[in-house]
Amino acid sequence: MNKRAANSLRQGPDERGKFGIFGGRFVAETLMPLILDLEKAYRSAQKDPAFLSEMNDLRTHFAGRPSPLYYAERLSAELGGARIYFKREDLNHTGSHKLNNCLGQILLARRMGKTRIIAETGAGQHGVATATVCARFGLPCTVFMGATDVARQMPNVLRMKMLGAEVRPVTAGAGTLKDAMNEALRDWVTNVESTYYLIGTAAGPHPYPEMVRDFQKVIGEEIREQIMELEGRLPDALVACIGGGSNAIGTFHDFLDEPNVQIIGAEAGGHGLDVENGHAASMTGGRPGVLHGNRTYLLQNEDGQILEGHSISAGLDYPGVGPEHAWLRDTGRVTYVPVTDKEALDAFMACTKFEGIIPALESAHGLAHVMKIAPQMKSDKVIVLCLSGRGDKDVESVGKHLGMAL
Amino acid sequence: MTGTRIDRRFAKTKAENRPAFVSFVMAGDPDEATADAILAGLPSAGADIIELGMPFSDPMADGVAIQLAGQRALAAGMSLRKTIDTVARFRRNDDETPIVLMGYYNPIYIYGVEKFLADAVAAGVDGLIVVDLPAEEDEELCLPALAAGLNFIRLTTPTTDNKRLATVLKNTSGFVYYVSMTGITGAEIKNRTAVGEAVSRIKGHTNLPVAVGFGIKTPEDAALIGRGADGVVVGSALVSAVADSLVDGKPQPGTAEAVHSCVRKLAEGAKRARS
Repeated sequence: MNKRAANSLRQGPDERGKFGIFGGRFVAETLMPLILDLEKAYRSAQKDPAFLSEMNDLRTHFAGRPSPLYYAERLSAELGGARIYFKREDLNHTGSHKLNNCLGQILLARRMGKTRIIAETGAGQHGVATATVCARFGLPCTVFMGATDVARQMPNVLRMKMLGAEVRPVTAGAGTLKDAMNEALRDWVTNVESTYYLIGTAAGPHPYPEMVRDFQKVIGEEIREQIMELEGRLPDALVACIGGGSNAIGTFHDFLDEPNVQIIGAEAGGHGLDVENGHAASMTGGRPGVLHGNRTYLLQNEDGQILEGHSISAGLDYPGVGPEHAWLRDTGRVTYVPVTDKEALDAFMACTKFEGIIPALESAHGLAHVMKIAPQMKSDKVIVLCLSGRGDKDVESVGKHLGMAL
Repeated sequence: MTGTRIDRRFAKTKAENRPAFVSFVMAGDPDEATADAILAGLPSAGADIIELGMPFSDPMADGVAIQLAGQRALAAGMSLRKTIDTVARFRRNDDETPIVLMGYYNPIYIYGVEKFLADAVAAGVDGLIVVDLPAEEDEELCLPALAAGLNFIRLTTPTTDNKRLATVLKNTSGFVYYVSMTGITGAEIKNRTAVGEAVSRIKGHTNLPVAVGFGIKTPEDAALIGRGADGVVVGSALVSAVADSLVDGKPQPGTAEAVHSCVRKLAEGAKRARS
């Protein structure tokens, strides 16, 4: 064990918040003292048994963890290759993995004495999870959401409002996740004394990428235990979708030091990587830059202006990615692949028809890649997909894409 | 008097017992030719120091006025290379007025730090303000910029306490930019008395001039803030003057004059700060 720890890929970030060249703290001075406080508060919470036990209690009784590891029998048979398992984060309370992170951060916000919560959201899954924990703990909540996303994810907008959150549509730029994050940062810088910014993905200034990963890594830890019980061994491949990358880093982290486990992240390939500004695949179609507090792979033009990107999935429609993924890409430990809108739609329907599970369009990107590799693997091989969320929010837009009569 | 253009300019305004008037305009707003005319006329309108915005797609610390200015510039084809060229053209006729480039790090990072510093120095840039590079990231640009002979001007804010001030001031040069509030550019200053107190507090920790910006919109603001500060910075009001002069998004013959007239009024306010 000690020998492994010396070369471990699970040690990051360093004390300056860097994973290799990625990560860091690229924020305005107004926020810097707060970010240093946040790191201190997080370090103290990490070691506090009361904090951990409260989080575990909420995971069990509020979120419904552990989430099941489910053998997708019909889909495996249909594809005729590897045995496919779904890690059912869609069964988590609020319908996605996002709650894992929100539970951790809301407890931290309370420890820090913050009285107001803000968040950004793309598909609305993180917004709903944030509104949910704010309702649970009685804190006022404002969620910034791109105006385009408000229109395409209406059910989640209604859920947030019912939970008592204020949803502020952001019209700047293309009205998607990047613009929502800019606006959340502007609010934070204005209300820095009272407000806690509950970032939804494993990106942003240090310590957010580390903290969000730590709150999400329960996914991979449960997978390890469950697959040992079901198959008596570790999986041959792990697959997850990547926008900012929080479900993926949560799924991958526990397996980074297992050389026999192949790890793959599925990015939003949109209309295809050859279509300019027609995808949101920052690692397969972007290059390193600095945005939203960290250095990471970004979609940008030759002048360093950030592109909007495109994905059918509002949750993957972000021009950046968490810095730990950027580093894992460069080290070669994790392979990142683009999946197009069309492939994701096909996977969405396959999952719905063969397994009776309507997946989130985000998760369908991961599944689409599983559907590519499973037939090429022998039937004694095992793939685990993180089914990060359920697709209720997407049925209307998928119906429209497929031309189904409403 | 030696030192940089910025040092010399603050020495001059100090000798005249008035705050320096620092004007912010966005490079390439609303287009390159009009922006050149705006820039060229700023010193005679009363600008002691010019901050030239480097347009960026995602200006997280800016309010709507400066966001829109950046968008106009980018839509008209502005880039960091062209921003540097703008400075070079200005310098042909003005070798005295300091120019500070202000913006965000990513375009500089993509341009290449070394090349950017060399080109900026050659064009006649005097200093840099990069909003998303706190002291913790000094190795990225601040230290190389200082080594290249540029001033690196850091923002201090109401959240920068005395303990942190030492960290923030350590590699700051030229002047200290005090942000009058926790907020974005163009917002309202809630407490003017607190601004004066903060300026005194910072001056207790450094011999550098202290300029105050964010939320200064009227000649009265400039006069009040300029009583204790070594400089007052106005930005949103000037880029709004650009915006208000446009017809169907296009610059008019009076666009540059609209900005200069705004600068004259505000600079007058700053001049009577201590009279």
